[in-house]
Amino acid sequence: MNWITKFVKPKLKSLLGGKKSLEIGEEAWVKCKQCQTMLYSEDLEKNLYVCPHCDLHLHIHPRLRMKHLFDEGAFKEISYPTVQLDPLNFKDKTSYKDKFKEAQRKTEMQDAFLIGFGKIQGITTTVIGMNFKFMGGSLSSAGAEAMVKAAEHAVANNTALVIFTASGGARMQENQMSLQALPKTTIAVQMVKDAKLPYIVVLTDPTTGGVTASFAMLGDVAIAEPKALIGFAGPRVIQNTVGETLPDGFQRSEFLLDHGFIDQIVHRKDLKTKLAQLLSLLLKRAA
Amino acid sequence: MQTYLDFEKPIEELDLKIIELKEQNLEYPSEETITQIAEAEQLIKNIYKKIFSTITPWQKTQISRHPERPKTQDYIDNLITDFFELAGDRSFAEDKAITGGFGRFRGQSVLVLGHEKGHDTNSRIKHNFGMPKPEGYRKAIRLMKLAEQFDMPVISFVDTPGAYPGLGAEQRGQGDAIAKATECCLSLGVPIIVVIIGEGGSGGAVAIGTGNNVLMLENSIYSVISPEGCSSILWKDSSKAPEAAEALKLTAADMLKVDVIDKIIPEPLGGGHRNRSKVIEDTGNAIEEYLKALSNQHGNELKHSRQERYLQIGRNGLFSEKTSAANEALDSKFGKIREPKNFIKHPVFIGLIAIIGIAALGFYWFN
Repeated sequence: MNWITKFVKPKLKSLLGGKKSLEIGEEAWVKCKQCQTMLYSEDLEKNLYVCPHCDLHLHIHPRLRMKHLFDEGAFKEISYPTVQLDPLNFKDKTSYKDKFKEAQRKTEMQDAFLIGFGKIQGITTTVIGMNFKFMGGSLSSAGAEAMVKAAEHAVANNTALVIFTASGGARMQENQMSLQALPKTTIAVQMVKDAKLPYIVVLTDPTTGGVTASFAMLGDVAIAEPKALIGFAGPRVIQNTVGETLPDGFQRSEFLLDHGFIDQIVHRKDLKTKLAQLLSLLLKRAA
Repeated sequence: MQTYLDFEKPIEELDLKIIELKEQNLEYPSEETITQIAEAEQLIKNIYKKIFSTITPWQKTQISRHPERPKTQDYIDNLITDFFELAGDRSFAEDKAITGGFGRFRGQSVLVLGHEKGHDTNSRIKHNFGMPKPEGYRKAIRLMKLAEQFDMPVISFVDTPGAYPGLGAEQRGQGDAIAKATECCLSLGVPIIVVIIGEGGSGGAVAIGTGNNVLMLENSIYSVISPEGCSSILWKDSSKAPEAAEALKLTAADMLKVDVIDKIIPEPLGGGHRNRSKVIEDTGNAIEEYLKALSNQHGNELKHSRQERYLQIGRNGLFSEKTSAANEALDSKFGKIREPKNFIKHPVFIGLIAIIGIAALGFYWFN
């Protein structure tokens, strides 16, 4: 561990206007929430945001995920129609507009969804990545439009649609507009299915609420990253209802596999190969 | 024993007075008693008019949850003849939080479905307060598919605080069940008419509340989260529910503005619980009207018009005019946020007003 090269050098680099790190607004050091080890973010980035000590899969920026997923890191980002921001003029302690703009600035994303189009081991694919760091990955009306856009794009280009989910649920600051995103995203999935194209869901930590109650659970094939929290109601809400402590591993990927809701658990480093294998089987059927 | 909401307290006294007067003079009421009753009734009307002229979203939330507000079973009992109840999801259990079956609505065979909250402590427990578990949604799917098989319309009554958040429910795939139920609603080749009769609680409501037309009673609410839940998350204080109800814009009038619903069914003065038979009858008439309008659509047409309805929500007037490929090329890398044009706040407009103002003042001064 060389502190000078690892900490001071990048600081200097950034001062001198060097290349920006992918994770904007990210600290140089990140604490793993499982093993509490302090991790250097450049190391983490190389390790796809998987803790090298305890193998915990941390939140990863979808742009970085796609860089590793697509061949030679090459993909085209596709923007989606913009909607009116803050349709309800929502105010709690702070304004929704401010939170939203801050999230946009921090993540360099339009909303919690990022659409990428490129090749996975030679197979052209439309991919959606969700960013938990964009207001908890919450599903907004713009998010629903992203799903529709991606589905239309997949159908028009005759590709599969692969989505990496990461979300706390619907964005309550948009209330009804986010609730109606449940049917809207479901229609997006139907577009892909009606065209007989694969719709593959990769569930990542966490996937809960309205997202679990719509497009996250509609995959033709469902894969999950290890130990991801996946459920409809949050553990705290359930704990308050049942009034007892929840069993270990409740609502984690392994639990869902045991109960028959997902097909496989795949480590982040193996996702590219596994997805390519599946896409090839589904799309290149002839001998 | 009637329940009175906080703001209904003045009504309680008058109600009791009327009952007393009526009981005292059962056979031959005197002129005086008749006038007294009429006066009290008029007073009730006036008080309600006053309450409703300034009614808040929080008060509406309370009315939507009123214990005497008609529930799904009341609508079935009064609007459906020959009701033949269906039960069970055929794989795990029967869930009484969702009631359903075949029946005849004004002569026509229909499949009727709805969340059932129950009307007293025992029935509320039996129906789990209208909070379905996965088997409830799977039963709804089974029933909707039967409707399609026998080519009959679906009438769905929505009245739920939300899907049940419990250990077993999660284990059996609550999210999966809701997602598949919504998907089923969106793929059916028969008409679906939804009526939000009380609380439209989040995904648990959407699951059987996605239809060709959505009607909503005047004092019903429809929200992604309860005002209590929202206030404890965003305000970190559950007592801020009235404020949250205001911010969430969850009333029928709000829903109509953004095309989430197609029609508001007006309620009798004071709310549905004050005149149950009237509100049920009016709801029946509205359902009949909308069913008739859908009778010229069939199979895939119904499916596609329903999908189109949901795709358009949130787009009307809120969207930029360019939504196609051109948009991709023109939009900046991370997209633009188009805020509604508010020229009153525009600096040029303000500047102009200021200049005119100063000029007018100057003109006045120097003359």
